[in-house]
Formats: sequence, C-alpha cells, structure tokens
Amino acid sequence: MRIRADHDVCIGAGNCVLSAPAVFDQDDDGLVELLVDEVPDDEREAAEVAVRRCPSGALTLED
Amino acid sequence: MSTSTASTTDSSSETGGAAPGRRPTPPLFRRGEDFAPQLGDAAVERIQGPFGEPVWAITTWADGRAVLSDAERFSREQLDLQGVDSPEERRRIRAGNMLTLDPPDHTRLRRAVTAEFTVKRIRNLRPRIEQIVDDHLDRMEAHGSPVDLTDAFAPAIPSLVICELLGVPYADRHDFQSRAATIIDFTLPMETRRQVSLEMRTYMRELVQQHRRDPGDDLLGRLITRRGSGDDPDDLDDDELAGLGNLLLIAGHETTSNMLALGTLVLLRQPDQRRLLVEHPENVDAAVEELLRYLSVVHMALPRVATTDVTIGDVTIPRGDAVVVSLPAANRDPELVEHGRDLDLGRAPTNHMAFGHGIHHCLGAPLARAEMQIAFPRLFARFPDLRLALDDDPDFRTETFIYGVRSLPVAWGPIDAADETADTTAEVAR
Repeated sequence: MRIRADHDVCIGAGNCVLSAPAVFDQDDDGLVELLVDEVPDDEREAAEVAVRRCPSGALTLED
Repeated sequence: MSTSTASTTDSSSETGGAAPGRRPTPPLFRRGEDFAPQLGDAAVERIQGPFGEPVWAITTWADGRAVLSDAERFSREQLDLQGVDSPEERRRIRAGNMLTLDPPDHTRLRRAVTAEFTVKRIRNLRPRIEQIVDDHLDRMEAHGSPVDLTDAFAPAIPSLVICELLGVPYADRHDFQSRAATIIDFTLPMETRRQVSLEMRTYMRELVQQHRRDPGDDLLGRLITRRGSGDDPDDLDDDELAGLGNLLLIAGHETTSNMLALGTLVLLRQPDQRRLLVEHPENVDAAVEELLRYLSVVHMALPRVATTDVTIGDVTIPRGDAVVVSLPAANRDPELVEHGRDLDLGRAPTNHMAFGHGIHHCLGAPLARAEMQIAFPRLFARFPDLRLALDDDPDFRTETFIYGVRSLPVAWGPIDAADETADTTAEVAR
C-alpha cells in the first residue's frame, strides 16, 4: 500500500503523525512528510486511520 | 426532550434558561444533563443562530464533515459582518484572524504558524507543561480545601502555556481573559464586543511593536523575524500579526480551560469513568479523545455562508444563507460512535470533530491534547479523594460560543461541615 500526500492541501494539523507516527512526520514548515514509500503491513491499519482523520483531505490511499 | 423542530425560528415560545435581562439561549447552545445539544432529530434544521438570526444547522457527522471540508461552497470570508458596511473596516476587523478568512489569505496566515504547533514541537513543550501543572497543584495544596477549580487550575494552565509560547506577559492575564470573555459572549451588544475587540487589537499591536524592537525567542518574535519584514508578498503586516496573535491567545486558553473544568466535573460525577482514567494511565490519550468528543465544548463550527445553492439530504440551502455545524450533535452520531450519549473512557478513539474539520481545523490541537493528557491524571493523582463541593448543579455558562461553568468548587481531605459549604447563592442556569 502506498499513500499520496498533497503538500498544497496539507494544513499541518498533525493528526496523521499522532495516528501513525511510523508512517508520517511533519517537515520544518509543519507540513506532512512521508517516512516510507511503501506502508508496511503492520502499519496498514494505523495509516488508514491517519488518512481518515486528516482534516484537510491531503492524504490518499493508493492501490 | 427536544424542544426545537425544523421550522422553529421564534425563540419566544422556548424556555432557554435565560438569566434576567438576557435573550433566551438559542437551541444550539443548550445542553442536557449528558451534554447533548437540545436539537431535534432532523439532519439539517432551520433554527435560531447565536444572534437570533436564522441559520441552517447540520447535526450529523458525515454532513458536518462534508460542509466543513468544502471551503469553496461554504465560505467564512463572504459571511456578512453585522453592522459593518465598509470593505476597509471589514478588512481591518478580519486582518490576521485566519478563522474568518478563506484561501488564499487563510492559507498564507496558517502557513506562517504551522511549524509552531507540530507534534514534535509540542512534545518538546511537555516537560514545561508538566512543571506548570505541578506548580499549580502545589499552590492548590498550599491553599487548602476547598478551591474553585475555574480560578486555581483550569484557566491558569493553558493561559500560562500560551503566554510563554507567544511571548505575552502572564501578568496581563486578567485583562486579556476578561476581554476574551466579552468577545465570546454572543448575548452582549455587538457594539460592546467590537469595542473590546478593538482594545485587544491595540494591546496586541503594542506587543508586536515591542517584539519588532526586541524579537526574543517566542512565537511572536520568530514570526516577525521570519514573516514580518514585508520583503516577501507572503509577509504579514502589523495588523495581521496583531490579529493572528489575538486569535492564538484567545483560542489558546478559552477552549482548554473549559475542557479542564467540565472534564473534571464529569469525571467527579462518574466515578467509574474517573477510575478508568486513574487506573489506566497508559490509555490517557484515548481518554482525552473521549472527553473531547463527549464534551465538545465548542458548540458549533463558526457560521459559513453558502456561495451557491447546496442540497444536503432532502434540504436545499439557498445561496447566501448561513450554515453551522453542531459539533456535540455530530459527535454523538451513531455513524461515528455507538452509544454516543454515554461517556466511555475505555472506548477506542473516535474520528470526532471536537477540533472542527477542514482547513479551519484547530491549529493548536496537539497543544490542547498535551495539556489535557498531562493535567487530568496529575490532578487526580495529587488529590485522590477530590470531590465536588456543590449542593446543586454548577452554574453553567450558556451565553458563550464555548461551553463552560462559571465556578467549580472542589474539596479534598477529611470531610467537615465547613469544608463543604459551597456558594449556593450562585444562580443555576436552568
């Protein structure tokens, strides 16, 4: 599973980092940063929660 | 149970629990025993807004999310400001207050402060927050039982934290707390609230100018250093810096303060829930999410205006009408949560909307969460036998955008008669 993160849409709320800290971080501007290219199986559920909790709609699941 | 219907716009027939001289509380701001809003069953209701004006209220989770994530069809910026006709005055009132703006101005302002509230930055603040909480608990203990929690604890912690973070003198707290209380009281004349809002601007402009002379290592200083020169089109002028500073200052203490007071109230009233908090410190994050959901202290997401006709379910909202989302109603929607009228600190965190949704989602959410995750367990660890020192219902605050109590006397230690003498003259909201 891969995730697409749209920097232009991100508002830096940080919900993704709280939901799946192994997958998401925030860069120096506070905007979303992906820590992995491919989401490992054991992070899948947390990553899906993060996508649902993103308030700005910056995150999309792929495949 | 529910006192309003989709067609009710006239408050005169309603019993809103108004204090003498005040308008009845509009339905969006009335809460039951279980903190649920007193609304009807319809997903979209035509009801009375905070200023007595008709609004469309969204009460479901899915429709609420849809409205709040659609800033194009539901605009904050195009909402009329009552009694303000000149575009120049409107611009000045809104300058820097990103909560009242749409993209691109909203985006520019939010981007200027996003880095200050990242999960990492807030994590680094935790030791200082812990120290602030412990200092206030020390002071409560030194004072002795009983104390008013809305004086000694609830507002003090978030106020001191946001003051240090922003670079606002804590010594000024009584002034800015009282001005904030006026601004969020929608039953006061608009004139009064505008006047106080101007005073706030003047105060913050002075702080901005001090920071221009000596930036210092705080948020205002860093913001001026990075975004205050005017060399870049994205830079902020002094009006914007003051507006943004005031928004962060008000939002930074009013919300968490009321969460701490109401959260303590509800935990003292529900000993089984309090036990879950105390006996399972490893679940504190989930417990705080549940308190946020259940209390939803922000009654409604601030009004948007429909920029085009929008159909939600079987209701068509005409272009130009105001739309609000009832956050406590959405946060009890069965689609989000089972048995949503119950507080259950043991449940898995829900995807609640207590911090709003969409581009205006609370910037300070990581900070508010950290403050509560630290404050609640420490309060109950310090005073294991904490109890309410109240003979009656607390004095709920129903005339502000943020729900709360005016006072919350609490006691601990051996029970004696004098100890439990609460202020029973306080007026009960209903």
